[in-house]
Amino acid sequence: MSEWQPTVVVFLCQWCLKSDSDWTKRFSLPQRVRVVEVPCSGRINPLLLMSTLQYGADGILVVGCEAGHCHYKEGNYLGRRKFVTLKSVLEYVGLEEERVQFAWLGETDRGKLETAVAGLLSDVRALGPNQELATRHGALSTIHT
Amino acid sequence: MQGLTKAIWREARRLLESGEVDVIIGFTEGTLPLRAAPVFIRKAADVERLIWSAFCENNLARYLRGVADKRVAIVAKGCDTRSIVALLNEHQVERDKVYIIGVPCQGMVDGRIVARRVAGEVLSAHQDGDEIVAEGDGFSIHLPRSELLHRSCTACVHPNPVLYDVLLAEPVEAWAEDPYAYVREIEQKPVEERAAYFASEAQRCIRCYACRQACPMCYCEECFVDHTTPRWIESGATPAGQQAWQIGRAYHLVGRCVNCGACERACPVGIDLVYLNGKSSKDVWELFGFEAGIEVDKPPPLAVFLPDEEPNLA
Repeated sequence: MSEWQPTVVVFLCQWCLKSDSDWTKRFSLPQRVRVVEVPCSGRINPLLLMSTLQYGADGILVVGCEAGHCHYKEGNYLGRRKFVTLKSVLEYVGLEEERVQFAWLGETDRGKLETAVAGLLSDVRALGPNQELATRHGALSTIHT
Repeated sequence: MQGLTKAIWREARRLLESGEVDVIIGFTEGTLPLRAAPVFIRKAADVERLIWSAFCENNLARYLRGVADKRVAIVAKGCDTRSIVALLNEHQVERDKVYIIGVPCQGMVDGRIVARRVAGEVLSAHQDGDEIVAEGDGFSIHLPRSELLHRSCTACVHPNPVLYDVLLAEPVEAWAEDPYAYVREIEQKPVEERAAYFASEAQRCIRCYACRQACPMCYCEECFVDHTTPRWIESGATPAGQQAWQIGRAYHLVGRCVNCGACERACPVGIDLVYLNGKSSKDVWELFGFEAGIEVDKPPPLAVFLPDEEPNLA
């Protein structure tokens, strides 16, 4: 049997990759990295993250604009308040909160998306498959990219 | 207790006879000992059904939205009034349609603790000074009230109504020093122990959703757990689905929960829900300096932000 590879989902704010070269790189991420483009990181309902874990994702990365650079002025500020409280609850109940990670990109952060994805992948590999919260194992692997 | 009951009668009779309100939400004797039941009184002749006792544990603010078309008076202790404030802030009730009969609370007695402390079945119970007298077949036992309180009540720092139109007694002194002591105790435990505790609590859930129905803040017309497209949270009783439901429920109350403990009291299998909601209340207090249901017109913590707050909180 081949070595286990994690499946992760990236929720990507459509505005945070400021240069064209970075924006096209979202297509060259490893195949088991599913990218979901969203209008703004503030749009992400924490239930979406819970739901993604239930669908069997091994890790989640939420990517948004850094403070002061939100296209909609304040979406990222609202987003990060939601994420910090969600992560805190996950950590409290003893679930692997490292499966949910965040990256805030600034205008000069070239290549930070790849670094963040690589960081998530290595953390998730160390944790192993998501067994705590997944109820529909394999649901994600049937989705074509 | 007798005095407070009479004071509630007087106020209720005045309100109904003058036509100031259409209905009064309060408590009446429950059908079982150690219980009081919520009651809606519409006629002045019925006001003597109202009581105030050590067992008035429900959060009556839960019923306000159901009678939003009426002028309502509500018998409210500290946590009920906090829920009313939280509902006002979310524009779910109108202040001028609700007349709040404030009652300072000494903490409500958990009938399950009483049942554990006596040898037989409790057939009747009443309060005598600072003691609860539980009587059954061949026994009559006096227990100090302070040892019988619900967990949420032992941690209560707002026993007095925070908002009222009339206050029926002198405010009482709060007894708890740290409302989050229990949460801190759990936080100290190693991660494996926390995970095992959460799993063992969550797996007992039978998905009756009594916790949701008892909660004044769970008023969504359609709950996320009942959604089928998309299916947010697994509704079957799988271990992972149980945990996701508990997290989702607790998370929906971040910055809104007033820690009244109504969810835990409603739970038929006794899941420790106060420990989950207490954590999010502690978080919003420590991170954002917010306490739910204290100030009218203060926006909820997840709807506002400070531009200069620590960006890498997460």
